[in-house]
Amino acid sequence: MIDLSDLLNKMLTAPGLSGYESPIREIIREAWEPLTDDLSISKIGSLHGLKVGQGDAPRRRVMISAHMDAIGMMVTHIQDGFIRVTEIGGIDHRILPGQPVIVHGREDLPGIVAQPPGYLLPESVGDGPVEMKYLLVDVGLRPGEVAEKVRVGDVVSYAQEPLALTGEALSGHTLDNRVSVAATTLCLEALQNCFHDWDVWAVASAQEEETLGGAFTSPFDIQPDIAIVIDVCFAQGTGSSDWRSLPFGEGVGLGYGPNIHPALYDAFEKKAKELEIPYHRDLMPKMSGTDAMAVQIVAEGIPCAVLGIPLRYMHTPVETVSLKDIRRAGRLMAAFIADLKPDALDHINWEE
Amino acid sequence: MTENPKITASKVPEIGKSQFELLEKLCNATAVSGDEHEVRQIVLEEVKPVADEVEVDALGNVLATRFGHGENRVRVMLAAHMDEIGFMIVKKHDDNLFQFERIGGIDERQLPGKAVLVGREHLSGVIGAKPIHMTTPDERKKKIAVDSLRIDMGPEIGDKVKPGDRATFATRFKVVGPSIRAKALDDRLGVAMLIELLKHAPGNIDLLAAFTVQEEVGLRGARVAAYRFNPDMAIAVDSTPAYDLPHWDDEDQNVQYNTRLDEGPAIYVMDRATIADRRLVTLLTDSAQEEDIPFQFRQPGGGGTDAGVIHKTRAGIPSISVSVPSRYAHTAIGLARIDDWANTLRLLHAALIRVTPDLLAGERRG
Repeated sequence: MIDLSDLLNKMLTAPGLSGYESPIREIIREAWEPLTDDLSISKIGSLHGLKVGQGDAPRRRVMISAHMDAIGMMVTHIQDGFIRVTEIGGIDHRILPGQPVIVHGREDLPGIVAQPPGYLLPESVGDGPVEMKYLLVDVGLRPGEVAEKVRVGDVVSYAQEPLALTGEALSGHTLDNRVSVAATTLCLEALQNCFHDWDVWAVASAQEEETLGGAFTSPFDIQPDIAIVIDVCFAQGTGSSDWRSLPFGEGVGLGYGPNIHPALYDAFEKKAKELEIPYHRDLMPKMSGTDAMAVQIVAEGIPCAVLGIPLRYMHTPVETVSLKDIRRAGRLMAAFIADLKPDALDHINWEE
Repeated sequence: MTENPKITASKVPEIGKSQFELLEKLCNATAVSGDEHEVRQIVLEEVKPVADEVEVDALGNVLATRFGHGENRVRVMLAAHMDEIGFMIVKKHDDNLFQFERIGGIDERQLPGKAVLVGREHLSGVIGAKPIHMTTPDERKKKIAVDSLRIDMGPEIGDKVKPGDRATFATRFKVVGPSIRAKALDDRLGVAMLIELLKHAPGNIDLLAAFTVQEEVGLRGARVAAYRFNPDMAIAVDSTPAYDLPHWDDEDQNVQYNTRLDEGPAIYVMDRATIADRRLVTLLTDSAQEEDIPFQFRQPGGGGTDAGVIHKTRAGIPSISVSVPSRYAHTAIGLARIDDWANTLRLLHAALIRVTPDLLAGERRG
């Protein structure tokens, strides 16, 4: 039995910014090793795990895509022992002052994001938010040592330690999207004891936050018949209460919109109802903001489902999730996959 | 040093393993102004075995005295504040999220996305922020108002937290190369140094150590502590900002740094609240030069310490402040140099052993 908290704590303390996924990939590889029949790494750095189906060859293929990369920062300049940075992925500069970070230089250096006093900034800043280009990272070393250990282009990750809150809530950085990798791992674990006709390809994809590079390339390698894209979605919380946000800890999101094949949506909804797994329709009127934006249009096109784990405070170092929803997502995916008959594709069509 | 007969020998305090452990314990403890309980307990535990008299006064100050020996001992008050900036929970909303107020001068831009510890049980919480995906470029040009922020402690917090509970940033103490990173270095560095000085009290003076409360909300503890002690002179021992960061355009020199790390203890000549007694400025600079201790003058200007009220207590008390420079005071993580801390402790000791009745015998000069 996988201990979900242990797995998450391990994954959350490993860096793995977009394009620099190897530290997290090693941890996922270790977790997936006993659960898959074959593991490989794509040219762009995504991890592919194959769990062979028990149906007769040729077997259909279902791909689960969970991106493993994290948002963060990159060093642009070093000035008197202080480090200037730019973002990798979307970061609201207003959450940065006072944050603990790690500068991945010649060694890992714990740093602090410093907001300089107003008189050291352009007058236009006033007492308003300080843009990222004016913030500094301080690694607590003297200028000579910083020059030796840090270079332009080094990556900088958030360093907030994971925190257990009440009601099985977990807070930390990069829960987007390590929670989906965890749900995928739980799904693979559940499939160990199930008969499934189809081949299952679990993908921990690279570079979702910047280029969707993993999502464009893995389906080309794997050529799946259908894909389940799992990512975090918005949960109701501070600053987030409109229709885009789902209740916190009260079920998974089922994406609904142009990136999602309606027949797959229906199949997931049916399965959730059957298993009494709470879910909410997660409306995605245009783009889903997930790997599905790419996966759907690879090669001749791939039918996608999008699953969401509701998350508060997305892209901050205190993203917050309910472990209950991670377990629900893992269970739902496993049940859906176990239920895929050899002819299931016949039912994923546009005959309304 | 022993050539000067006025100087009574006393072991010079140093920074070692146990000093780091004590500072770590002090910084990780929670003591928001008005609720200094945790730090007071640590202080009492440390000072009771070494002090001749210890009392907790009406406001919660810890007043510890160690008497010297011999004739004509000067009564020297040292003050370091136990309290720190933080938050008070003021309202629980229907969504199980808590509204809070700031206590002490905290820039609201330092709040979103931080982990906090709430209440005497140190329960974990986070100050959430709106996902960037839901913000507009115009919105990101405006500060996130503190009134819109909430502390999230998970859906099953129930009654474990109540309005009135205090909270602090959740930062844990850490040594990084030549530096210390922690919350509340302002003024646990001072508290730690006062404890060391009590343990190494020079015999030539009566050492009156005031571990004060409510500095961050108006220097309130120090006022009554100074009245009670009725000292001949006073030194406020604090931590002052080092704004020694580069100017944004790489061209202009930063000439308003207040203090700089690595340049030693910051001696105050004037701040917003106090014009230091020049005799005490000279005592400190002479002591530093004689002992070869680096020091810097804090740039005269704004800010204030407990000295701001002490020097105006009773008929007036000759006062000065000495601080360990530290960066990012009143934010989640402060940063100070170990060497600056050690040198500040050495300087204070060097100055105390040089205090004689002659120092204050004449009129205030300057």
